[in-house]
Amino acid sequence: MKADVQERSGAAGAGHAVADRVIGDVLLSVENVSLAFGGVKAISDVSFDIRKGEIRAIIGPNGAGKTSMLNVINGFYHPNQGAITFKGRKRSIMRPYIAASQGISRTFQNLALFKGMSTLDNIMAGRALKMRRGLLWQALHWGPALSEEIKHREAVEKIIDFLEIQHIRKAPVGKLPYGLQKRVELGRALAMEPDLLLLDEPMAGMNLEEKKDMSRYILTVNDQLGTTVALIEHDMGVVMDISDRVVVLEYGRKIADGTPDEVQRDQRVIDAYLGISH
Amino acid sequence: MNATIAPADASASVLDTVPKLLLHNAQRYGSRPAFREKAFGIWQTWTWAQTKDEIEAFAVGLELLGLKAGETVAIIGDNRPHLYWAFCAAQSLGAIPVPVYQDSVAEEMAYVLTHAEVKYAIVEDQEQADKVLSIAADVGTIRKIVYNDPRGLQKYDPNDLVSIESVQEAGRKALKSDPAVRKAWLDGIAAGKGSDISVVLYTSGTTGRPKGVMLTQENVVVSGRNANLFDHFTPDDTMIAYLPMAWVGDHIFSYGQAFAGALCVSCPESPDTITEDRREIGPTYFFAPPRVFENMLTQIMVRMEDAGRLKKAAFDYFLKVARRAGEPILDGRPVSFGDRLRYRIGDVLVYGPLRNRMGFSNLRVAYTAGEAIGPELFSFFRSLGINLKQLYGQTEASVFITLQPNGEVYPETVGKPGPDVQIKIAENGEVLFKSPGVFLRYYKNDEATAETKTADGWVHTGDAGFIDQRGHLRIIDRAKDVGRLTNGTLFAPKYIENRLKFYPEIKEAVAIGHGRDFVTVLINIDLTSVGNWAERNNVIYASYQELAAHPDVYAMIERRIDELNKSLATEEMVAGSQIHRFLILHKELDADDGELTRTQKVRRSFIADRYAPLITALYDGTPRCQIRTEVTFEDGRKGVIEGDVKIVDMKTYPPVKAAVREAAE
Repeated sequence: MKADVQERSGAAGAGHAVADRVIGDVLLSVENVSLAFGGVKAISDVSFDIRKGEIRAIIGPNGAGKTSMLNVINGFYHPNQGAITFKGRKRSIMRPYIAASQGISRTFQNLALFKGMSTLDNIMAGRALKMRRGLLWQALHWGPALSEEIKHREAVEKIIDFLEIQHIRKAPVGKLPYGLQKRVELGRALAMEPDLLLLDEPMAGMNLEEKKDMSRYILTVNDQLGTTVALIEHDMGVVMDISDRVVVLEYGRKIADGTPDEVQRDQRVIDAYLGISH
Repeated sequence: MNATIAPADASASVLDTVPKLLLHNAQRYGSRPAFREKAFGIWQTWTWAQTKDEIEAFAVGLELLGLKAGETVAIIGDNRPHLYWAFCAAQSLGAIPVPVYQDSVAEEMAYVLTHAEVKYAIVEDQEQADKVLSIAADVGTIRKIVYNDPRGLQKYDPNDLVSIESVQEAGRKALKSDPAVRKAWLDGIAAGKGSDISVVLYTSGTTGRPKGVMLTQENVVVSGRNANLFDHFTPDDTMIAYLPMAWVGDHIFSYGQAFAGALCVSCPESPDTITEDRREIGPTYFFAPPRVFENMLTQIMVRMEDAGRLKKAAFDYFLKVARRAGEPILDGRPVSFGDRLRYRIGDVLVYGPLRNRMGFSNLRVAYTAGEAIGPELFSFFRSLGINLKQLYGQTEASVFITLQPNGEVYPETVGKPGPDVQIKIAENGEVLFKSPGVFLRYYKNDEATAETKTADGWVHTGDAGFIDQRGHLRIIDRAKDVGRLTNGTLFAPKYIENRLKFYPEIKEAVAIGHGRDFVTVLINIDLTSVGNWAERNNVIYASYQELAAHPDVYAMIERRIDELNKSLATEEMVAGSQIHRFLILHKELDADDGELTRTQKVRRSFIADRYAPLITALYDGTPRCQIRTEVTFEDGRKGVIEGDVKIVDMKTYPPVKAAVREAAE
């Protein structure tokens, strides 16, 4: 009875059962995108796509343009050339509010939480787009506004339970250790119930145990909610373990794109990471 | 408050099993709360009537799954209502629950599950399910795993695992379709006897393999009932269940006493939220090992160090008042009017808010046991108006041997024999007892049973102690740990260690001295308290090891030990046990490394082996010692910690008379 289970129940990352996950059509595609800051070319002519339901990793050495790429996707940067197609609609530039209202949410490399607010309030902030009642109603905190808040609080409590952060529910996030803040930020992104979740280095600065936990959360979100995930990560072990496809950038150019295995064997990727002797 | 105590009525004699108590409670206290659990931030309540329905469906479902009378069922997880119900559901079918420590690693678990030949494992979540799955092939007898929290388990093979919910669903369906099912279940309960085996509890044991202590229904029910009578618990009382379910204490308090007296049991949201949850529930009955109280005190003191000057001054002043007047007021002894007034003001300004912080606002009775509690620590809580008492017990006694009655609380004793308990002291000082809670035998270990239990029912506790002139029992140490120095002086290591551990900076101490010329100690600093001190004093450190080796930390510990030596010098019995040398260990003692038991007791002999080079150095006069120690990380990997440990010589003081002379100078 146990043989097949053994393998699944190993490390947190290994629990990834691909069996009944459905990888669907293209959810978002980036076509020939170029981005320059003055004379500095951050991204040049990069194209790739993200399919519905997959975990897509963007990797590359420092300064390869990974974070810029995420910023282009959610509309924070506007590319000089190229187009972004999201949910079948082609745009030359994305706007942050469109990205957010269309179901793209993200976390940041250096955390962008409201430090003085509690975990609960931070995650509640992620529900802001879903609130129907206006400022006045909210201020009254009565009737429909109250029942709406209860509904959203319920959603938030489910996230708190999922991320196992009950014990810091009321704690101001600025005082929390880094690993927990990362978790709260993921919680806020999840609160938007996104179709596409962009994670900018979700495991940076974490210890092994925290990385395992984070991998487990990402896999479960992807697996159970069907959320598409695009992530930037430096820990190759994690990337190779959890992602379905990997795109590799170097100096703003795409040098490889494929499954973790393919990418790992690609000579250009090996050179980019290990350097070549000239 | 019109509720009466259930066990006092005539039907008590037939309520000799927990499932019978369940039916009784559901009938009599149907609408009163039985279990609470915090889920998604809100407390969910089940009444006794609902609890009965849940357990009934669970039991019938388990029976449909294939569970039969006499078979064993492992129960593994944090305190959850569903897991408590699993006990009762199994017992109602005549099956025997075997709770397992939820933090034990897979190998430890494998031993217990194999030894107990468990057929089903009822687990809390994926973590426990994974552990059981990884050892199921070795154990060989497990038919199915039943889980409470489905998260992460959806993709597992349903041939291996089912959810409690689905088991209950199957049970409900069967109950609905055929009235005979309910009748059969009720008949099964009616046929249960007090002499049936109710549970097998594996003791963590300071030496050797864990032993499975078999308790009967009567052991659990009568012990629970007697304890309720002793402290006058009624169905209005409520407690919070947070200690391991595999530990006899939790089993008797949160299960035996709760069912016997229809008390309400609340389960915290997660192990990390206990403090918060306790504040919200405000239990009237609370149990904690001394360690928990130590942590509370440390936290209070640390917070007060950071408090504003006015608050700190008020705290210090009223604490002084409490030290003087608090305990006499609690015990109903005479106190001057002025002090009474000051205490009343202190209650409003300091003690009340402190109790509220700790979740003790509604507390009537709190117990501590498991280890001796430092007298100062004990008095601290009592002086705040918290009725903290000590009890003395063990798994083999279904907990209760002695308890401190209200108004007769002496910190140095563990109280008087509980209801129906007899005790006597053997020639070698060992305490023996006889009670309705005496265990049946050790599971599959007749040899150990014969060693522990005499033919006429007396049980060896393994503890040395004596009964003082007030009729209270005083425990000195483990009978086998009490030793002598080479000059014949009595040496009770635990006494020294407990005195040391009261200092907030010291988390753990191991005293050595039996068969030696003098006493030495190994110290573990408390990272919370010393870390906070370091922060305030700009001491920079990267790890426990670095902080532990800091010269200022050494100086601080040296001052504490000097204080203790002075104090020991004034106590005739232990003046010879003053500490001559000490060192601060380079790593924290940890249950994962086998240095502590799962209940966080020091495993002395293991430590003596592991740190043999350090101990040699303590006695050969060298000032430093190199040590390499293997450690196990939380995920099971192993690593090595290496360190250079400094050893400090202490000044000792001649006994008592010297102190007097010094004072006269």
